[in-house]
Amino acid sequence: MPKKRKSEFRKVMKKYWTNGTAVLGTCLLFFFIVIAIFAPQIAGVNEMGDNYQIPRASWSSKPIAPSAEHPFGVIGGRDVFYGVIWGTRTAFRLGLIITSFAALIGVIVGSISAYFGGWVDEILMRITDIFLSIPFLVAAMVMTTILGKGLDKVIIALIIFGWMSTARLIRGNILQAREEQYVLAAKALGQKDWVIIIKHILPNTIFPVVVQMSMRIGSYVITAAGLSFLGVGAEPGYADWGTILSFSRNWMTMLDQSWFAIVFPGTAMVLFVLAWNLVGDALRDIFDPRMRS
Amino acid sequence: MTAYIIRRLLLLPLIMIGVTLIIFTMIWALGPDRLLASYVKSPEALKTPDAAERLIKKYGLDEPMPVQYLKWLGNIIQGDFGYSMVGKKGVLPSMLERFPYTLELTIYAIVPVVLVAIWLGVISAVNQNKFSDQFIRVFALVGWSLPDFVFGLLLLLVFYSILGWFPPGMVSTQFDLVMRTAEWKTITSMPTIDALLNGRLDIFIDALRHIILPVLTLAYLWWAYLLRITRSSMLEVLRKDYIRTARAKGVPERIVIKKHAKRNAMIPVITVAGGSVMGLLGGTVFVETIFSRVGMGRFLADAASLLDYWSIIGGALFFSFIMVVGNLVVDVSYALVDPRIRLE
Repeated sequence: MPKKRKSEFRKVMKKYWTNGTAVLGTCLLFFFIVIAIFAPQIAGVNEMGDNYQIPRASWSSKPIAPSAEHPFGVIGGRDVFYGVIWGTRTAFRLGLIITSFAALIGVIVGSISAYFGGWVDEILMRITDIFLSIPFLVAAMVMTTILGKGLDKVIIALIIFGWMSTARLIRGNILQAREEQYVLAAKALGQKDWVIIIKHILPNTIFPVVVQMSMRIGSYVITAAGLSFLGVGAEPGYADWGTILSFSRNWMTMLDQSWFAIVFPGTAMVLFVLAWNLVGDALRDIFDPRMRS
Repeated sequence: MTAYIIRRLLLLPLIMIGVTLIIFTMIWALGPDRLLASYVKSPEALKTPDAAERLIKKYGLDEPMPVQYLKWLGNIIQGDFGYSMVGKKGVLPSMLERFPYTLELTIYAIVPVVLVAIWLGVISAVNQNKFSDQFIRVFALVGWSLPDFVFGLLLLLVFYSILGWFPPGMVSTQFDLVMRTAEWKTITSMPTIDALLNGRLDIFIDALRHIILPVLTLAYLWWAYLLRITRSSMLEVLRKDYIRTARAKGVPERIVIKKHAKRNAMIPVITVAGGSVMGLLGGTVFVETIFSRVGMGRFLADAASLLDYWSIIGGALFFSFIMVVGNLVVDVSYALVDPRIRLE
């Protein structure tokens, strides 16, 4: 019944747009999307080749305070403004790729575990427990040290250690849904197990995962930036908020000389994460059936 | 209850074995050639043409993975974690030497985290949707969005580089020299506590000055998190019938909140508080690096930048062990507080 679905959708959208924090979060997110799309127009391109390499503004490693030519200053010979603007693209790429792959693995593991139950469930859940027993940041550090530097390695490491919470969430939801009438009916009609999972159970249990995903994008971007800050993430000079911060590690005793290399990428990070958290909070309020009247 | 604890205790070694298996698989994936590099201590050892192959054979790096794993696990159980380039001695002694500093930092951070978060969370819930609630919620949301390393760098920028109030490091140089003399009794290895035990109030105050910023950095992120949990738990409890009953029979509001509501609202907070302590330990990687302190987190960060594989593995095992034991303690205390858990 397309007509009814549309009205439900409208109701949800109306609720979303009357929520002040949701509107703020969406605007912030839109702002970042615009910056990411128009990065070449805002900050220019790297004439030497790869746009994701911040072009050299000077060959001295000394920080240079903001000026008309370099509005956010220069650190490690790199233009901070260029890095922050192009870093927006890096942040979106990191966040979206990691979150979607981690969620996909989580959904697969969680649904297999919940649907089949018994020893399959027991083994998969114990494996999940084991992966959860290694602190996320520490696991990512071990992984990136072994894989080597580079953004692609950071992405792999964070996916491998990022799927567990989704697996637990979807398992719990499916265990509830499994007893519902429509699943029993599909079973009685003789449908195959995987058809039941994909066609009947997942569409009804996927919304909490979407909410969780939107809340986690920010934390993945922070963790990736943290790895770059420690020197085990993206290579130095890559347009990434964390690598700009890592230049400050050489100026730790006189940060007042290089404040711009902390404040500007730091602000970008906070606003980016805040945007996703606000949107996630709002989505949770909307999709949580207990919140709906 | 006893059955539940026994079941959890039996699972503990199984989970630890799983953890070692994951960590070993990662290091094994390096391949024999790159692993060999971590065994060779000087270029002399590789002078002869067949030296590399001979050493690979000697250390058993070409053997099948299960064999290598069991050998390595055997060494770990005997306390041999390999040689640490960062500590310039065995990995285990290097870690034991650094652990008290991290413990000190964490202990100082936990108290403000738990007390302030619960206090603010209760205020926020009791005054739901009033100004103080809105203010605390915005504070929590912004706090939750501010990465700990950015916050730490900002604190260092303002309070050291600009104002010069709180320096990085462990203690000032003149006191560091005192602490290296023979008269100084090292009892706990924690600077603030040892200073008190040695009766040196000046060193104690100096060590406190150095630890304030790291503690703040470590604590604030979890304030934001714990505060949100306390608030929502409190809001749920305040809607319960027994609260209405208490109010109806004329119990003063202050006592309703303190005795009836707060105690029941604390149950979910316990689990999260336990979890956040584990999280605090992970945060020490950034905090100790930024404030140039000695400790387990810095050990891991240094090992990562030096590609010191055995130190990284040791550090990862250490943090995982604390996490596993911590989770066990949290789950058991949760079961003690909430009888409904035991029935499962």
